[in-house]
Amino acid sequence: MQPTTASGRLVDFMRRHPTIVVGGLLLFTIALAAVFAPLIARDPLALEPINRLKAPSAEFWLGTDSLGRDIYARMVYGARISLLVGLTVAFFSVLAGAVIGLVAGYFRRIDAVVMRLMDGLMAIPSILLAIALVSLLGASVKVVIVAIVIPEIPRVTRLVRAVVLSVRDLPYVEAARSNGTRVGKLLRRHILPSTVAPLIVQATYICASAILTEAGLSFLGAGTPPEFPTWGNMIASSRLYLQIAPWTIFAPGICLALVVLAVNLLGDGLRDRLDPRISRRM
Amino acid sequence: MLAYIFRRLLGVIPVMLIVGIFVFSLLHLAPGDPAAIIAGDNATEANVARIRTSLGLDRPLLEQFASWGWSTLQGDLGISMYSMTPVTTMVQQRMGATFSLAVTTMLVAVTIAITLGVLAAWKAGSLLDRAVMGLSVASFSVPVFVVGYIMVYFVALQWRWLPVQGYMPLSEGFWNWLRHLILPSFALGLAYVALIARITRASMLDVLAEDYIRTASAKGVATVPMLLRHALKNAAVPIITVVGIGVALLISGVVITESVFNVPGVGRLVVDAISRRDYPVIQGVMIIFAGIYVLINLMIDISYCFLDPRIRYS
Repeated sequence: MQPTTASGRLVDFMRRHPTIVVGGLLLFTIALAAVFAPLIARDPLALEPINRLKAPSAEFWLGTDSLGRDIYARMVYGARISLLVGLTVAFFSVLAGAVIGLVAGYFRRIDAVVMRLMDGLMAIPSILLAIALVSLLGASVKVVIVAIVIPEIPRVTRLVRAVVLSVRDLPYVEAARSNGTRVGKLLRRHILPSTVAPLIVQATYICASAILTEAGLSFLGAGTPPEFPTWGNMIASSRLYLQIAPWTIFAPGICLALVVLAVNLLGDGLRDRLDPRISRRM
Repeated sequence: MLAYIFRRLLGVIPVMLIVGIFVFSLLHLAPGDPAAIIAGDNATEANVARIRTSLGLDRPLLEQFASWGWSTLQGDLGISMYSMTPVTTMVQQRMGATFSLAVTTMLVAVTIAITLGVLAAWKAGSLLDRAVMGLSVASFSVPVFVVGYIMVYFVALQWRWLPVQGYMPLSEGFWNWLRHLILPSFALGLAYVALIARITRASMLDVLAEDYIRTASAKGVATVPMLLRHALKNAAVPIITVVGIGVALLISGVVITESVFNVPGVGRLVVDAISRRDYPVIQGVMIIFAGIYVLINLMIDISYCFLDPRIRYS
């Protein structure tokens, strides 16, 4: 029985897809904080050497780091970079992977070559590829995004190709083809729509793993320049003070885990909503 | 079956060739003269020229690739720009630590994950099932360096049960070796547990719904043999596939974990090479790790024909 009132429908949706609601709300809150960072936090770069490694207090909500910078402020600004990297990487890897996957899945001759290329690219551990690119091209947010996008492309390509292979010979595609539909329109109008649902789900997972990889690269010193307030940089620069000032590491660490958890929950919820076949199993 | 194995072996060649092309072209993709990049910012003109001739960077690209590929095949990965020792020697010296960490992590993760996954599938829908699934989403979201530092803070610094960091080779005694590996392998294994537990549960659920499982329990097969011998064995193929996919995750994780726990392994070698712009080391380690990844997935492919005889003929 479908509830008829709007609020009834909302409650029903929340009950059936708690992960979408929880993940979405969590992510929305963090995104709000990131957007309005200058209004809710002080300067993340301001050094106050007198206030080095201060424990959390009324003045510094989450304490200060080894250079006397406000951890709360750096954490809020760090959300900007994490979300920027996550969303941009998800967008570009899905875009590139979808185009390559459509072409590879539809044209048999290109398929073998492209998929071998993708196999080779997948064999290189993504973090090493990213490290190599960052150390060659120099550390900046743009390079980090490119370095994370490249290893993600093969996974999206495989996904899209699998969908294309499963629909390319279905009667409605056959019918469109025999009507003389051009290849471009055929791919766009008749095949692309089938890939949308799995791609949305995949995009959320890519976003989550991109946020983790960016933090990992920053942590290793192969990401954004060290003065940038990113969560990975904050953890890397505080590692020596774990014993005397654990909040310098735990605060950005927990924040990082929360964001990734929110995106993963959203992804799981969307997968249940969009593809009931998989949700039954996983 | 031999034909299947042979075909899989042949399939390694193009993959490794493409890995080689990617890794080789990295240096040439960068804007500017590769010799100048290797020489660094403070190099003189003469230095750059010397590096260019000694590395053969003045020869045609195809010739460079051929000679680089040929020496790589023979196990010669070039010479480190920083320490002037062969990359192969440097990797050999550090492989023990990395291998130990990878193996203990695998053991910890697979044991915990399969136990949890089987239990969750057996009691599907129960509180235990929900707890396992909830924990697996959560542990998949916490980066290894965060888990690592939380563990170090409590287990090593507050309670002083285990060493904070470092590594002891096996020759220093089994307990000394293991003691240093417990924290890193649990920290690294956590995400892996999540991945494998999920697929174990899913695969077991499919198998447990089969008729022959109902037959087995109807004729009175006890629960544990039913779960392990009848169900888990037939649920193995997807689980092993995911273990293989997870190797990529494990390799990336090893690089970060070695930095957190100060383990002198191959991962640390790469991380140290970043700031020194030691490209032969970065390229060499990429080739080796890609080779390991391909090799493990090859072994997994071959293991399928022992687990599921139908696969041999396809």
